[in-house]
Amino acid sequence: MKISEIKNILEADLICGEEFLSNEIFTACGSDMMSDVLAYVKEQAMLLSGLVNPQVVRTAEMMDMKCIVFVRGKQPDADIIELAKERDIVLLRTQFEMFTSCGLLYKNGLKGGCGR
Amino acid sequence: MDPIALHYDVSGTDFTCAGEASGKIKKALKELGFPTSITRNVAIAVYEGEINMVIHGGGGVIDAEITPECISITLTDQGPGIPDVSLAMQEGYSTAPDNVRQLGFGAGMGLPNIKKYTDEMVIETEVGKGTTIKLKVFVK
Ligand SMILES: Nc1ncnc2c1ncn2[C@@H]1O[C@H](COP(=O)(O)OP(=O)(O)OP(=O)(O)O)[C@@H](O)[C@H]1O
Ligand SMILES: [Mg+2]
Repeated sequence: MKISEIKNILEADLICGEEFLSNEIFTACGSDMMSDVLAYVKEQAMLLSGLVNPQVVRTAEMMDMKCIVFVRGKQPDADIIELAKERDIVLLRTQFEMFTSCGLLYKNGLKGGCGR
Repeated sequence: MDPIALHYDVSGTDFTCAGEASGKIKKALKELGFPTSITRNVAIAVYEGEINMVIHGGGGVIDAEITPECISITLTDQGPGIPDVSLAMQEGYSTAPDNVRQLGFGAGMGLPNIKKYTDEMVIETEVGKGTTIKLKVFVK
């Protein structure tokens, strides 16, 4: 699924990374615990999170994730956006909460994969 | 090639910057042409160590030595040390306070995760003196 489709499904605002909207995402993971993302997530290309701090971007960076969706309308500050831009990571913001966001994406064919 | 040595200071008070060193090491490995799986494994392990250094160890230093065959990382802090290493290595064991959990860490997964992503992991620690963690990831 292209990031642009994810943006449409989640009725999301694009915060940064317009040039990467046509990149494909195959699996996603939703978590507010970066510890768990780092420990359990395999080959995920996208992270949905209700947590907003620089470590969300850094976690995505270490794991080679291409896109982060902030749920519940959370807005990252300028420093976080800058960090994401430097790392070619797309940031999206949706008003949907975590459960609904994941459900919408799953229904539309995006797969999970968190877990061992 | 000659071994490449990298050195980074890690602040013990600035959580925002935690991960800066890990990111730079990852970038260096990528530029040197190491495979994605190697750069990712090293990055995750060093990042977990760097976060630990900030939230538990009061900051410290990270040294990397890179050869085509092996990436060695040493993380050193002068923090409180780890009283029971085998307990700390258990999944789910954490002494992280609530404010750390609100930042998305403190699940007690870091040390086991470092073990998982590296080929060698040695912890030297003394209560009241500090902790040194030595990691190796072999290429191949
Ligand atoms: N550098 C360190 N100095 C002192 N204590 C440490 C250090 N690193 C780890 N510890 C101790 O070991 C425990 C387990 O560490 P581990 O990284 O596995 O989990 P955590 O940091 O608490 O949570 P997580 O890594 O999941 O965010 C910590 O809670 C802490 O008590
Ligand atoms: Mg940890």
